Amino acid sequence: MLRDEDRIFTNIYGFEGADLKAAKARGDWQATADLIKKGSDWVIDEVKASGLRGRGGAGFPTGLKWSFMPKENDGRPHYLVVNADESEPGTCKDRDIMRHEPHKLLEGCLLAGFAMGAHACYIYVRGEFIREREALQRAVDEAYADGLLGKNAAGSGWDYDIYVHHGAGAYICGEETALIESLEGKKGMPRLKPPFPANMGLYGCPTTVNNVESIAVAPTICRRGGAWFAGLGREGNSGTKLFCISGHVNNPCNVEEEMGIPLKELIEKHAGGVRGGWDNLLAVIPGGSSVPLLPKEICDTVLMDFDSLKEVQSGLGTAAVIVMDKSTDIIKAIARISHFYKHESCGQCTPCREGTGWMWRVLERMAAGRAQPKEIDMLLQVTKQIEGHTICALGDAAAWPVQGLIRHFRPLIEERLAAGPMQEAAE
Amino acid sequence: MSVRRLHATQPESFAFTPENIEWSKGQISKYPEGRQASAIIPLLWQAQKQEGWLSEPAIRTVADMLDMPYMRALEVATFYTMFNLSPVGEFFVQLCGTTPCWLRGADDLKSVCRKMIGEQGDITEDGKLSWLEVECLGACVNAPMVQINDDFYEDLTAESFEQVLTDLRAGKEVATGPQNTRHTSEPEGGLTVLKGTK
Repeated sequence: MLRDEDRIFTNIYGFEGADLKAAKARGDWQATADLIKKGSDWVIDEVKASGLRGRGGAGFPTGLKWSFMPKENDGRPHYLVVNADESEPGTCKDRDIMRHEPHKLLEGCLLAGFAMGAHACYIYVRGEFIREREALQRAVDEAYADGLLGKNAAGSGWDYDIYVHHGAGAYICGEETALIESLEGKKGMPRLKPPFPANMGLYGCPTTVNNVESIAVAPTICRRGGAWFAGLGREGNSGTKLFCISGHVNNPCNVEEEMGIPLKELIEKHAGGVRGGWDNLLAVIPGGSSVPLLPKEICDTVLMDFDSLKEVQSGLGTAAVIVMDKSTDIIKAIARISHFYKHESCGQCTPCREGTGWMWRVLERMAAGRAQPKEIDMLLQVTKQIEGHTICALGDAAAWPVQGLIRHFRPLIEERLAAGPMQEAAE
Repeated sequence: MSVRRLHATQPESFAFTPENIEWSKGQISKYPEGRQASAIIPLLWQAQKQEGWLSEPAIRTVADMLDMPYMRALEVATFYTMFNLSPVGEFFVQLCGTTPCWLRGADDLKSVCRKMIGEQGDITEDGKLSWLEVECLGACVNAPMVQINDDFYEDLTAESFEQVLTDLRAGKEVATGPQNTRHTSEPEGGLTVLKGTK
């Protein structure tokens, strides 16, 4: 188990204050100027050496992403945009960072912004997080009053402004180009790539969009060294990670743990175990609603990191572990997820706009036993027609949970349909 | 996607209060010159806060303030689901029904809403309460939960939720956040990490 000394978010539960004084006592904003004076290449190299992979779901190496920003300034400003539009079902980690550890995020914004040549940063907070937005704004105001932001931020010689912006209830704005569109005052509809945001992002300027957690761990990585972070977890999957454990466990909670912790250990140590014991487990969605579920036999041994979960045809996503015990109607649980994607599709691409509703309606019928067995394959085929055929990954995210259900629980669906009212009609 | 339309009956006009006009100027100044459209969501949100819901005259007013075509502003108002395009109760309950909350009893909370308020979108006769099922609100380890106006009420049961609604309706102070013994997102019944901090 991760030692407390190696935890980055020591106030994740908010037992201490979130204010600047308390944050400084925890080590935030300590000699930030010295880190900046080592130069932008040094910051990027430390983050690269740490092996940090983006914490928003896709797991793209963060240091590499930062290095994509143009080295030479062509006159256009550079922007850092922080994605705090946390809406992936099961995920509630960025919320705790914003309300309990906002200064880690702000210091990270300064370091990351400096590394990519940006003087301005927008933090896009999901609309529903009103109290979290207020907490973040309080922290920003404190940092300005203390000289940590603004002209010559933290005495580093670098001018830096942070603005808190917010959405109004659209999951799709967690997609980076949709977020940029929304920040520009439009509907949150994803853009075609290329051009990539690093060349043409916010207001047509070079932009990097990062998740809250990716940015908030950067100051600790710079301070303790990339090698320290890389020494936790395993190669290609290093560091610590905030896990959100929800659903049928005795004590749902958020917890920071080492990457690669066995799923069973994570649930039993921190969440008080599965309701009714481990043998009462039916399935786990290991990384937020977008990733395919895993049946118990895989959960027995699987490790919680990007590559291990990919090997079992799922993913770490945002590390939001949704636990379902044997009392769960798994078809209904996935149907509810399909309803989510139907509701959140932006409507731009036909396969997603039409397909998400279609999948939801079929799954609702299947949950009630009102479908024919051949429709299972038809449903699978439709998921394949959505996956990979849309501008952004929402189409994939809608298709994967359904594919996971059919992959692991096909006999259960068949059984339910066999007992349903349509069989007599078909015969 | 969801189809959202403007309310059938609209007020004659809308005007921001002088304080809100000042506030709006501050918001617009966050964005580079010529990019004032970026402030549309915060401004529409403030209009909604002022009136309780978002009317067509309010959308037009905001569009004028930001020098935007009305159509662009209407697109934004109908795209983002937190904009209430018709009136809501004084205490507007947004009930999370997505899978993590559903697994832990969101359906029981829905029954409470039906019993105390009525169907989705109905406003109680005293104008105090209305409710809507929404998608994941991002407090999944504190499921099931609802958002009422600006605050989250978490770790609910049918009984505690009914109490929250009754108390709010009666004008009583109600503690926000978890409605059980939890502080925030830590495991109930004792910390497993960072034990030195409590």
